[in-house]
Amino acid sequence: MSNTMLAVQGVGKRYRISHRHGTDRYETLRDAIASRLTAPLRWLNGSQRPQTTVDDFWALRDVSFTIAQGEVVGLIGRNGAGKSTLLKILSRITDPTTGRVVLDGRVASLLEVGTGFHPELSGRENIFLNAAILGMSRAETSRKFDEIVAFAEVEQFLDTPVKRYSSGMYVRLAFAVAAHLEPEILVVDEVLAVGDADFQKRCLGKMHEVSRGGRTVLFVSHNMAAIQALCSRAIWLESGTVAADGAVGDSVRRYLTSSANAARTESGPIRVTPSLDLLRFELSPNPVTSGDAVNFDLELSARDATKISVLTLLIYSPLEVRLAILDLRSIGFPIAMAAGETRRLHGWIKSLPLVEGEYQVGFGIQTNDYFGDKLGLFALTVAARPAIGGIVPFAAEYRGVIDLEFGMHSA
Amino acid sequence: MKIIIEPGRAATDYWRDLWRYRELMSFLARRDIAVRYKQTAIGIAWALIRPLLTLAVFVAFRRMAGLQQGALPDVILVLAAVLPWQFFSTALSESSSSLIGNTGLISKVYFPRLIIPIAAIGAAFVDFLITLAFLAVTMAWYGVVPDARVLALPVFTALAALLSLGLGLLMAALTVTYRDFRYIVPFMMQLGLFVSPVAFSSSQVPEEWRGVYALNPLAGIIDGFRWSLLGGRTPLEPALLASSIIFTVAALGVGTWYFRRTERGFADAI
Repeated sequence: MSNTMLAVQGVGKRYRISHRHGTDRYETLRDAIASRLTAPLRWLNGSQRPQTTVDDFWALRDVSFTIAQGEVVGLIGRNGAGKSTLLKILSRITDPTTGRVVLDGRVASLLEVGTGFHPELSGRENIFLNAAILGMSRAETSRKFDEIVAFAEVEQFLDTPVKRYSSGMYVRLAFAVAAHLEPEILVVDEVLAVGDADFQKRCLGKMHEVSRGGRTVLFVSHNMAAIQALCSRAIWLESGTVAADGAVGDSVRRYLTSSANAARTESGPIRVTPSLDLLRFELSPNPVTSGDAVNFDLELSARDATKISVLTLLIYSPLEVRLAILDLRSIGFPIAMAAGETRRLHGWIKSLPLVEGEYQVGFGIQTNDYFGDKLGLFALTVAARPAIGGIVPFAAEYRGVIDLEFGMHSA
Repeated sequence: MKIIIEPGRAATDYWRDLWRYRELMSFLARRDIAVRYKQTAIGIAWALIRPLLTLAVFVAFRRMAGLQQGALPDVILVLAAVLPWQFFSTALSESSSSLIGNTGLISKVYFPRLIIPIAAIGAAFVDFLITLAFLAVTMAWYGVVPDARVLALPVFTALAALLSLGLGLLMAALTVTYRDFRYIVPFMMQLGLFVSPVAFSSSQVPEEWRGVYALNPLAGIIDGFRWSLLGGRTPLEPALLASSIIFTVAALGVGTWYFRRTERGFADAI
């Protein structure tokens, strides 16, 4: 299907940021009156308003893309790249400064689930209220009421004020309402950040269902696994412009590579213990293809004389589940270091059979003055290995953590 | 259905959207009503207690000041004025603060923002109906029977609603940018009670102050309520009524204009 549901043409959004002295973010009447009253005086003096300087900030600049019916498109990018501003424009909360957007149908946006929920109202009342806010008619809501309640699993609590709900129940209810809205275009912003694993699975399932039904989905998330599982295409926004727009694997890889680089260039020496600095740490290649070898290089420098009795390399999932530990004691510890001494270590992992995704690398270290783990020091991106035997692999999130090599034959 | 988003575009579809979102308006009004008395011990009884206390204070005040006149019971005379006054002041203060009370909605979802202050007035209207029912019971108790003039009551009610809407739109939009108006509106309400014919009657206003007095748009509306409810036993001066109508039309015009002009910036400014 190639009919365009959503066309964004050269959209830009400018915010004016005024820097003032000694005022908070609300303009007060006094300021407005004062500036009106003194305006003629300033005009006579020929001077500008001295207390305010205005900066233009372009949150979006010349963004263009089109989305066809039934496409599920991921929107990725760092915080502050303009994703939220774009969504606000698409959902008509704020006007673009330049360009135009053509939408062929109703847009429902799930910007932050539970918008418009009132804590004092019951689950039942909130379903109707929230549905009305999202543009659903009362008749439509009544028709889908049971389905919504079943999806959210809140049957027993329908008449309880939602302020007594657990946060999980709250999110489930909110997502259920929005997911049953059946708009032509569904904009989803980071709903999967909350809720338990089972619920996340059902959300993903629901979104698959929505897109199979021919509706268009624009999905924003920092969860690359979810983006890759759901979307066929991804748009990467960087500093308000489109940095990449293409097949999901491609855009995600380019985005992750750029952010991994950004993370590394930012960090100088890291103080791992009171007496020990980590001058350099490198994993290569990064991204590494699943199943390939990885080299690591690290350079430690002692501020004071110290003795390293334990050093381990830790690999973590993004959720900080420890996946592997490399016990470096086996290569000749303890290491005694004099003040000012630097020590280089080079090593390798023969094969890293992790399922593609983003991982974290950290250290465990014990010296005479410190004992502990340093997590999340580095990001390691594992890319998918080429598919074997002509089958399309399952989405990363269904494949666990380890990509085992195996063989088989049928008798 | 094609939707085009462009700088300054929203205006064209605005009134159609307002109609399409009418259900949301009633949901918001019902939410405001449902929420207002949640977790209060006596609940909806508050809707009666406020006018009752006002009534008691003003009846006592009239006794002390020797303002009583005519054959009508004071209770009826004052209550017939408390009714529109309370409606107007609740509607105006609720609608003025309605936008900043719905920040979450405004910054997250699109719909014509006019819905919010209108819904706030709808919620105030429910309190009005409760007080009206109470007034009906009181009138029956005192044996005061309205005549055909009571048919004009919806007109005066509409005037009160539209006047509070017009001023409310202006105040709500101003409050988004200038929070000062949060303090100005309650103050205006306090002053307004003293210059409106709630404790006194318009006929008791000295001749030389009549001109200034006519500038209060509520005078005509409150007199209209008394006139239509009490079978014309109190006068309704055409000058006061004309002033009310002119004021209402002007407030509605200016309020709508300013609201619409600033509306697109609400999400960014709030």
